[in-house]
Amino acid sequence: MYSEKVMDHFLNPRNVGTIEDANGIGEVGNTVCGDIMKIYLKIENDIITDVKFHTFGCGSAIASSSIATEMIKGKSINEALELSNKAVVEALDGLPAHKIHCSVLAEEAVKAAIKDYYDKNHIQYDSSLFNVKH
Amino acid sequence: MNNKFIYFDHASTTAVKPQVLEAMLPYFTEKYGNASTIYSLGQESKKAIDEAREKVALALGANPQEIFFTGSGSESDNWAIKGIAYANREKGKHIITTAIEHHAILHSCQFLEKEGFEVTYIPVDKDGLVDPGQVESAIRPDTVLISVMFANNEIGTIQPIDEIGKIAREKGVYFHTDAVQAIGNVHINVKDMNIDLLSISGHKFYGPKGIGCLYVRKGTKITSFMHGGAQERGKRASTENIPGIVGLGKAIEIASANIDAYNAKLVELRDRTISEIIKTIPYAKLNGHRNQRLPGNVNISFEYIEGESLLLLLNKNGIAASSGSACTSGSLDASHVLLAIGLPHEIAHGSLRLSLGDENTQEDIDYLLEVLPPIVEKLREMSPLFEKMKA
Repeated sequence: MYSEKVMDHFLNPRNVGTIEDANGIGEVGNTVCGDIMKIYLKIENDIITDVKFHTFGCGSAIASSSIATEMIKGKSINEALELSNKAVVEALDGLPAHKIHCSVLAEEAVKAAIKDYYDKNHIQYDSSLFNVKH
Repeated sequence: MNNKFIYFDHASTTAVKPQVLEAMLPYFTEKYGNASTIYSLGQESKKAIDEAREKVALALGANPQEIFFTGSGSESDNWAIKGIAYANREKGKHIITTAIEHHAILHSCQFLEKEGFEVTYIPVDKDGLVDPGQVESAIRPDTVLISVMFANNEIGTIQPIDEIGKIAREKGVYFHTDAVQAIGNVHINVKDMNIDLLSISGHKFYGPKGIGCLYVRKGTKITSFMHGGAQERGKRASTENIPGIVGLGKAIEIASANIDAYNAKLVELRDRTISEIIKTIPYAKLNGHRNQRLPGNVNISFEYIEGESLLLLLNKNGIAASSGSACTSGSLDASHVLLAIGLPHEIAHGSLRLSLGDENTQEDIDYLLEVLPPIVEKLREMSPLFEKMKA
C-alpha cells in the first residue's frame, strides 16, 4: 500500500527531534483525525539552517514530515514557503488517496513554523503567503 | 530480512484447517452436482448439505430446519435485521441494538432508519458491557427486534446474552445475536439462551470464507433474503455453495469438539500477554472487560502513539495484528467501539488488537514481548504528545 520511499522515510525518519533554540515552531493537526505534526526551525539570515520534527500519526504522516524536513533544510524561507503538498507526494513516489491529507499537514506545518518565526521577529508579511493550496 | 511470521489477527480471519479443506475438496471436482437435481450426483450434494446442517444445528443446540446457510456473517446480519423489520411491520417499527455492533448491524439499522424505522442504540460501560436493564427499559410496544452481539470483535467483551435473551422472550420481542466472533470460542446454546436469530461466519473458526449461516428459530416471522429458487426452504435462493457448506460443517464440528481445550489454551496465552504488556510498557491500558472477554482477544491502547505506525513496525518484525486507528480503516474516525467505551480520540487511535488462535504458542508471545516495547518507545520518541507529557 505504501511506496518504498514512504517506507524508507517511515522506518528511518530523518530529522526527528527538537531544536533547543528554535526560532520558528509550527504545530498542526488534531487528535480527532489522529495526526499531529510539530516542526522546529532554526533560521539564520533567511536560511533554514536546521529543522527537526515530532509527529503523532500514521506511517504516511511520519514519512511526509520526514521528507518535508529534508526538502527545506538549507533552503531560504522563500523556497520553503514554496513547498507544496503535491511536491511532498511526488517526492514520496505517491501516497494512497486517503493519505493525501498527511502531505497537506506537512505543508501546513512548515508554513506554520515560518509564520511563527515572522511573528516572533515582528517581520511584516502578506498573510496570503500562508494559504495552503489543497 | 526477518523471515519470522506470527499471526495475531484471528478475529480478522483464520487459515482453513487441513481436515476442513480435505472434506471440501471432493465437492469441487468429483461431487459437483447441483443439490436441486434428482440424479445420484445431485442427491449426494443434497446429502452433504443436510449433514453439514445437522452439524451446525448440533453445535448451536438448534434443529436442522432452523439453520439457513448464507454467504457470510455480514449477510446473516443484514438478513436478520432487515428481514425481521420488514416482516413485522404490522407490529411496529422499532429496533434496539447497541453502540458497539459490527458495521453489518449498524449500517443495516441506519439503512432502515432512512426507510422510516426507529432504532435505539444502547450505550455500553467502560468495559464495553451492555446493561440488560437498559435494554429492558428501551423496549416499547412497537419494538420488533433486539440485536446484541455475543462478543465484540475489537475489544472482546462478552455480553450477558442469556439475561438479554430472557428479557426479550418475556417481552415477546425477537432477539438476534451476532455470534461471528464468539462461535468456536465460547459455548452457545440458542434454546437455553432464548436466542431467536444468530449469525455466524465460517472463516473465523478455521472454516472457509464466503460461507455463513443464520439460525432462525422455528416460527419466527422473517422475509426471504434472496428471491428465486427454493433453496434454504425458499428463504435464500441461490445454488448452494456446497464446498463452503461442507467446510463450515466440518469446522464447527471440530471447534465444538475442542472448545474447552481451545478456550483454556487461549485464555492462558491471552492473560500472560495482557499482564506482561501492562507491566513492561508504561501508559498502556487494556480495553474491554478483564475477564468477561473472548479467550484470544487482547486490546491495548498505548498512549501518545498512533496505531497504524505501530502495525507497520510490527509487520516489519513479522507480526500481523490490527488496530482501531482511523488510518487503518480508510475512514476518518477512530473505532466507534473504542469511542463508545469512552476513550478520547488520541487514545483510541493508539490501540492494538492481538487476536490469538490455534497455532500461537508461548514462544510467539515471548517474541512479541521482546519486539513490542522498543517499537512503542521508538514511536513515542517521535511523538509531540509524548514530548508534551514529559515537559
